[in-house]
Amino acid sequence: MDWLMGMVADLEPWLTAAWVALPDTVRFVVVTLFKIGVVAICLIIAVAYFTYWERKIIGWIQNRIGPNRVGWKGVLQPFADVLKMQIKEVVIPANSNRFLFLTAPVVALVPALAVWAAVPMSESFVIADINAGLLYVLALTSMGVYGVILAGWSSNSKYAFLGAMRCAAQIVAYEIAMGFALVGVLMAGGSLNLGDIVRAQEGTSMLSWFVWPLFPLFLVYFISGVAETNRAPFDVAEGESEIVAGFHVEYGGIGFGLFFLAEYANMILITALTATFFLGGWLSPFAGVPGLADTWLAAPSFGWLALKMGFFCFCFLWFRATFPRYRYDQIMRLGWKVFIPITIVWIVVEGVMAALEIGPWAAGV
Amino acid sequence: MPEIQNFTLNFGPQHPAAHGVLRLVLEMDGEVIQKADPHVGLLHRATEKLAESKPFNQSIGYMDRLDYVSMMCNEHGYVLAIEKLLGIAAPVRAQYIRVMFDEITRILNHLLWLGTHGLDIGAMTMFLYCFREREDLMDVYEAVSGTRMHATYYRPGGVYRDLPERMPKYQKFSGRSEKELARLNEAREGSLLDFIEAFVDRFPARVDEYETLFTDNRIWKQRTVNIGVVSPERAMQLGFSGPMLRGSGVAWDLRKTQPYEVYDQVDFDIPVGVNGDCYDRYLVRIEEMRESAKIIRQCAAWLRDNPGSVMLEDRKITPPTRIEMKDDMESLIHHFKLFTEGYCVPEGEAYAAVEHPKGEFGVYMVSDGSNKPYRLKVRAPGFAHIASMNEMVQGHMLADVVAVIGTQDIVFGEIDR
Repeated sequence: MDWLMGMVADLEPWLTAAWVALPDTVRFVVVTLFKIGVVAICLIIAVAYFTYWERKIIGWIQNRIGPNRVGWKGVLQPFADVLKMQIKEVVIPANSNRFLFLTAPVVALVPALAVWAAVPMSESFVIADINAGLLYVLALTSMGVYGVILAGWSSNSKYAFLGAMRCAAQIVAYEIAMGFALVGVLMAGGSLNLGDIVRAQEGTSMLSWFVWPLFPLFLVYFISGVAETNRAPFDVAEGESEIVAGFHVEYGGIGFGLFFLAEYANMILITALTATFFLGGWLSPFAGVPGLADTWLAAPSFGWLALKMGFFCFCFLWFRATFPRYRYDQIMRLGWKVFIPITIVWIVVEGVMAALEIGPWAAGV
Repeated sequence: MPEIQNFTLNFGPQHPAAHGVLRLVLEMDGEVIQKADPHVGLLHRATEKLAESKPFNQSIGYMDRLDYVSMMCNEHGYVLAIEKLLGIAAPVRAQYIRVMFDEITRILNHLLWLGTHGLDIGAMTMFLYCFREREDLMDVYEAVSGTRMHATYYRPGGVYRDLPERMPKYQKFSGRSEKELARLNEAREGSLLDFIEAFVDRFPARVDEYETLFTDNRIWKQRTVNIGVVSPERAMQLGFSGPMLRGSGVAWDLRKTQPYEVYDQVDFDIPVGVNGDCYDRYLVRIEEMRESAKIIRQCAAWLRDNPGSVMLEDRKITPPTRIEMKDDMESLIHHFKLFTEGYCVPEGEAYAAVEHPKGEFGVYMVSDGSNKPYRLKVRAPGFAHIASMNEMVQGHMLADVVAVIGTQDIVFGEIDR
């Protein structure tokens, strides 16, 4: 937070004096709240523009134009959508469980936002630099499913119920594959702290990123991430053509809006985590390239993380525009019979690599 | 202890995959279908009864609205039945036009089927790709009949008018650049036949493009192979026709087995499936689009070389031209009689069937010698197909119901009539 202090010092010398005079706890709380505010606002704007780009990119893939009416080239479309959702009536089905029905969207959204606390944005910027970051991330991403299950259950609708059941089974299967993939990352990184995992990937060049030695785990992790966020081709919990809208079939207006926000925040989270675990987070892909050593291209920065996240976000949209939807039992089969065995086998391979000191475990790295 | 009951799900009529107004009452054990009970009749418009109170020609427009994605084929069945009762045949040029438009309609229908089948299985991009090509064919419809869907183009004794010499063009407006306009009008500089030929030239490549999305797609195959299998024997017992029957491996196609119009003059093949599952029916329909393009090309070539009349010159059945009507007393009387009471059809009954994109579309007509049909019965292919719903989805999962609805290519306009 040195830059913040510097900024404050430039403004008013007496402010600095007052700031220094404050107890440490108060200063910590203020700084953390400020960081939370920054991350939350950036995230919500990112979600808004992710939906815009989703419509634009899928539009281009499908030979359409996409939103182009609200604002220049439709850039204000997300705000119009949010406004529309907020002014809609909240309809609560008569036979639903009112308390759970209203709680469910919040339960879905809170973990989706809370996980961001442990995600490092750059070398110095992370809200909570906790040692058990990886466990925290795993724990909170699994929490999100409760929102979906509660929504499906409390709506008292058969379609919503089917969606919730599908979602519960799917998340259990893919959490395991994801967890095992992260065990591989843990073995390679030697730490549960996300910042340390990125630092462990710092080497002579981009060849020291974990994506190369852990390539199968990278694929499993990212595909499980797509499944975990209920995106196409694994969107059986919504399954538009089968169970209409699945778990959120009874939600309209802002209730639906919160689910939507949670889903997209989770998608962006998965891209950030994939970049962090496998593609060296904020590290530059040009590090170690002769001739670029001292330029900005080789310097690590948040920009590289954003670029990597952008690529994976595009992949999400690309999948959605290309693939048909899996059937529920086929998703289960893929999760249990393909992904989990792959991760377990690769963890064994990794153990052998570590024992023989190959790849990231080579002596001196 | 409470008795364990199956889960009953009311699927439709308000459902994104109900293809209109299908209501299915599904009895499920978890996600597995135990029983599927299709309820029909929500789109019943009494077409057959309405036809009894109208002169023959005035019901042609109702036929478009039966299967509203293969309009001209419905008209064809109806018009053929009238022609059979009257004992007349359309001029050869009109027959070629009819065959060409039947095949254009087949492509229109199969494109819509492919798009919605893809959408049902979760691949939304295909829908928009298919509609890109449909747009061109809709323009062809519009060029000959003035409307994009409900054409009312066929008449007993021929077709309403000859193919236009000029293809209508896109107009300029503020949101369309010159470049865009030139691209849109590129194929529209010549006559309708030029436009159709340009279409069939580019269409096979487009079908290849669709196939790259689906045919070898693992997910698509997992969702369609071995889903809704119908054996050839069972398919015949159930009264299947069209691609549903050919998907099971029975090479039955009215265009070959009992050729009408000039289908015996054109060269084409009938694709058949092997396993009788959703995937084979998909392949059959894809191949039919290619065959249709082949037929259209042959018809267009013939039509280019053989100008002539497209309507029978029998003024007791077909109206005179406007000029004749203004000049000649007898023509004026003919015109008046035809457009008020119509023509009388000799007593008798007739059944005429065409190979509709969905199967055998038959019209059974009884005439009592008056100017209106005494009874009209439409044999809609979809009705027999939807009757097999329970059999086809039993033991499959909920998601497969949607795939089966898609593969049956259901349109409620014809099932409920």
